[in-house]
Amino acid sequence: MCLAIPAKVISIEEDKARVDFGEDVLREVDVTLVSAKVGDYVLVHAGYAIQVLDEKEALETLQLWNEILKAEASPINTS
Amino acid sequence: MAEKLTLRNPELAKNIAEKIKEIAPKKETTKICHVCGTHEWTITHFGLRSLLPSNVEVIAGPGCPVCITPASEVDEAIQLAQKGIVVTCFGDVIRVLGSEMSLLDAKARGADVRIVYSVSDAVKMAKKETAKEFVFFAVGFETTAPSTAVEILKKPPENLSFLVSHRVIPPAMKLLVEMKDLSLDGFIAPGHVSTIIGLRAYEEFPKVYGMPVVVAGFEPLDVLFGVYMILKQLKEGKPKLENEYVRAVQWEGNVKAQEIMQKVFDVADGGWRGIGTIPSSKLVVRNEYAVCDAHVKHGVKVERGVDIHHGCRCHLVIIGKIKPTECPLFMKACTPQKPIGACMVSIEGTCRIWQNNKYTSMHYGIFSDAHV
Repeated sequence: MCLAIPAKVISIEEDKARVDFGEDVLREVDVTLVSAKVGDYVLVHAGYAIQVLDEKEALETLQLWNEILKAEASPINTS
Repeated sequence: MAEKLTLRNPELAKNIAEKIKEIAPKKETTKICHVCGTHEWTITHFGLRSLLPSNVEVIAGPGCPVCITPASEVDEAIQLAQKGIVVTCFGDVIRVLGSEMSLLDAKARGADVRIVYSVSDAVKMAKKETAKEFVFFAVGFETTAPSTAVEILKKPPENLSFLVSHRVIPPAMKLLVEMKDLSLDGFIAPGHVSTIIGLRAYEEFPKVYGMPVVVAGFEPLDVLFGVYMILKQLKEGKPKLENEYVRAVQWEGNVKAQEIMQKVFDVADGGWRGIGTIPSSKLVVRNEYAVCDAHVKHGVKVERGVDIHHGCRCHLVIIGKIKPTECPLFMKACTPQKPIGACMVSIEGTCRIWQNNKYTSMHYGIFSDAHV
């Protein structure tokens, strides 16, 4: 039930936003819980955006994964 | 975003599985617990357990809100439906058994029970059908509770009230740690609950209990790296709180959502199906919003219900003590078509996930169906 799907914010009007889940699946979601702007990716759960996704952090995650695998004794500290 | 970021790279998965084998403790069993139905889905669907050494176990804790909602609260919803009130709920909730029947059974007998995708759908229905009384049966953890709180704050229509059964996760994790016979070595904390409550909600686990905690996302690589990070902490003997899901989870969480929840809800002791009462684990509507509280408005209160039906082992599956296949009813008397135990009802229930993904997890390697 805690499933949440990323979607891109297309437009915002007051507490509602039109978001794109990909492949032209558009839906209106409530954005009261987040401070999102057009172009942001948000995590949507049961019709409500619950968090804005950080694309920079996502790219860094990938980089981190690759680093761990390259370096035998690479320390992990992502907190 | 997922494709661009290649979060399902099979080469990376193979490599991290090798790393896990290298650093896994040599002791008989290392037990890592997650508390999220979506994590169980990822693990089972992609066959991740087959990539782990045989002495590293990942077990499913009470991570399915439908599974842990006590029968007494389902009975309350059924009573309201039988009084002629329109009861709205999420899809999974309609099929879970109360003491004698489910909301779906009540619907079959004439009650007006409707599935909604979102609490906002319940609001729309109540606004449209003003002659009818509506209740939204609000089940879910911290991921879901803020949306209920938003609608209560927005002054819902007078003919809509909320039967709130929300629960919070950290007290349940605390209970699992304190169950010494479970012998847990670390937690994979739930990614989407954590988007709301943040990392800081888990601070006491490494500090007080010496228990490693890694908040992880829901791609297969997220979970594998979560396992790796916990094993690394164990190897170094330094339990700490780490964040693997940095793209969505921050230290403080979603403060706006937390504030909205605090305005609307108080925290109380709450019953969990198969587990019993967990202190400070239930959200209840604050007095100033009593007009929206279905308990107050409709005077409904069921003290006790039948949580576990004869022969069912949900109480052991829910805390990860046994696997679904160790329950004598699994896929015999209890099936997805006719579930007896709550864990077979929801698509986030461990038994249902094991049954639905039996073939993928048994016969296929990881990522063989990454497009599903």
